[in-house]
Amino acid sequence: MDTTTFIIVAVIKIALVVFIMLTGVAYTTWLERKLVGRIQNRWGPTRVGPFGLLQPLADGIKFILKEDMIPDNVHKGLFILAPMLALTMSLISIAVIPFGETITVAGKTTALQISGITHSGGGISDINIGLLIILGVTSIGVYGVALAGWSSNSKYSLLGSLRASAQMISYELALGLSLVGILLLSGTLSLREIVGAQSGTWVLAGQNTHIPHWFIFPQIIGFFIYLLAAFAETNRIPFDLPEAETELVAGYHTEYSSMKFAMFFMAEYVNMFTVACLASLLFFGGWHGPHIASAPALVQSLLPVLWFALKVFFFIFLYIWIRGTLPRFRYDQLMAFGWKFLLPLAIANIIVTSLIVAWRG
Amino acid sequence: MIIHQVLFIVFGIICVAGAVNLLAQRHPINSALSLVVVMASLALIYLLLGAEFVAAIQIIVYAGAIMVLFVFVIMLLNAGEEERTRGSRIALLIGVPGVVVLAGTVGWLLVHSGGQLGSVSISSSNFGETHSIARLLFKDFLLPFEITSVLILIAIMGAVVLGKREG
Repeated sequence: MDTTTFIIVAVIKIALVVFIMLTGVAYTTWLERKLVGRIQNRWGPTRVGPFGLLQPLADGIKFILKEDMIPDNVHKGLFILAPMLALTMSLISIAVIPFGETITVAGKTTALQISGITHSGGGISDINIGLLIILGVTSIGVYGVALAGWSSNSKYSLLGSLRASAQMISYELALGLSLVGILLLSGTLSLREIVGAQSGTWVLAGQNTHIPHWFIFPQIIGFFIYLLAAFAETNRIPFDLPEAETELVAGYHTEYSSMKFAMFFMAEYVNMFTVACLASLLFFGGWHGPHIASAPALVQSLLPVLWFALKVFFFIFLYIWIRGTLPRFRYDQLMAFGWKFLLPLAIANIIVTSLIVAWRG
Repeated sequence: MIIHQVLFIVFGIICVAGAVNLLAQRHPINSALSLVVVMASLALIYLLLGAEFVAAIQIIVYAGAIMVLFVFVIMLLNAGEEERTRGSRIALLIGVPGVVVLAGTVGWLLVHSGGQLGSVSISSSNFGETHSIARLLFKDFLLPFEITSVLILIAIMGAVVLGKREG
């Protein structure tokens, strides 16, 4: 593939993925309002379009048309920079997420991943350190939240952002350590290779168990640590103290209005997607699922994407379900849970996994 | 590779500009954020060298963890703008001649033996990759690596002890 085609293909992929992602984000807000509504025995949005399906569109128009206010006495540069930083950093992480193997359109074969490259020989290679990039980008995303609260020059915002950054830094440790077990089992940091290591089925004592070779089974503890840390990392209930509306108005984005608020909102949902994608890739075999041998080639290559999307949908559903079910933690409970329970558990998980890996050679 | 050179110059300029801005800014938050820019552009330069793992760790550890704590502390203390002072006399007496000598030496070296300087090449093809760094850390330099971790642990315990005494 020459440079021009490469760039054209890359731009098409980026545009498509970002479009699908942002549409997904918009409809996740719809899904959330619908589901939480049903959980609380009400209807959710019903007025705009059938089943309220056009509600995200109406919300978007409303966000764009609202007056964009910048309060007096804010640190103006950082006040404007913060939402941009939050949204940009959350969107960068989709670049390394693989959605499937390859797709062939108009004679051109390309990997179903923005940062995946197809060789002339037909092999695919993706970025070697995909997982680390996601962790790094998430840790930079903390600045968006921290700066938003500080630059707003308001006590609710500052308290919210202090809580948010403390929480994100604390749970990032447990999050990172919960993934080490996966790295020990797969021996790579490339997301595509990690998914590749999960193909086939588990074979125990020479017997084919017909259980998919997903890492959730040996890493069930790691998975639960990841799930809990991910809820905290994305500031979702039961860890949504940074925006606890009963005490902090809205937390770090109290002073934001119009599109700047929408950017924080979008960043939060994109982060939910990233975390859900990562959970599917690392623990649930990514795009692996049943094949249909008789289907045409295009369906063959898009079917894995469907499996992947279903797994991601499951996690998004779980997020909303938990939001509709659980109350909020208290701040000291949150910190004690992260540092005194999740972190030691994650370290124990690493030790046990590495001993088993070393023992099996 | 012409693209590599262009990118190197771009990120080099961003890096130096960030460092100068770090000194020129009067507000601590702005200075801290300039330092983040320096760290990030250094990470990108590592990436241009092919050291992916080092680049990622640079972002995660320095820009993502250490500098977040810096910003956090500045926010907690609510530090305001610094007064602009005339600078200390020692900086003027020792610093300025020091800079002149250093810049002169580097310039003289570049002019007189610049031809030899460019010949350094990183031979190993997997330089900076996760596997080779892991082999170095956990095999060749295991003892210093573990001793460093004990050192850091002692520093953490020292901080806790000092903090308790204050309270």
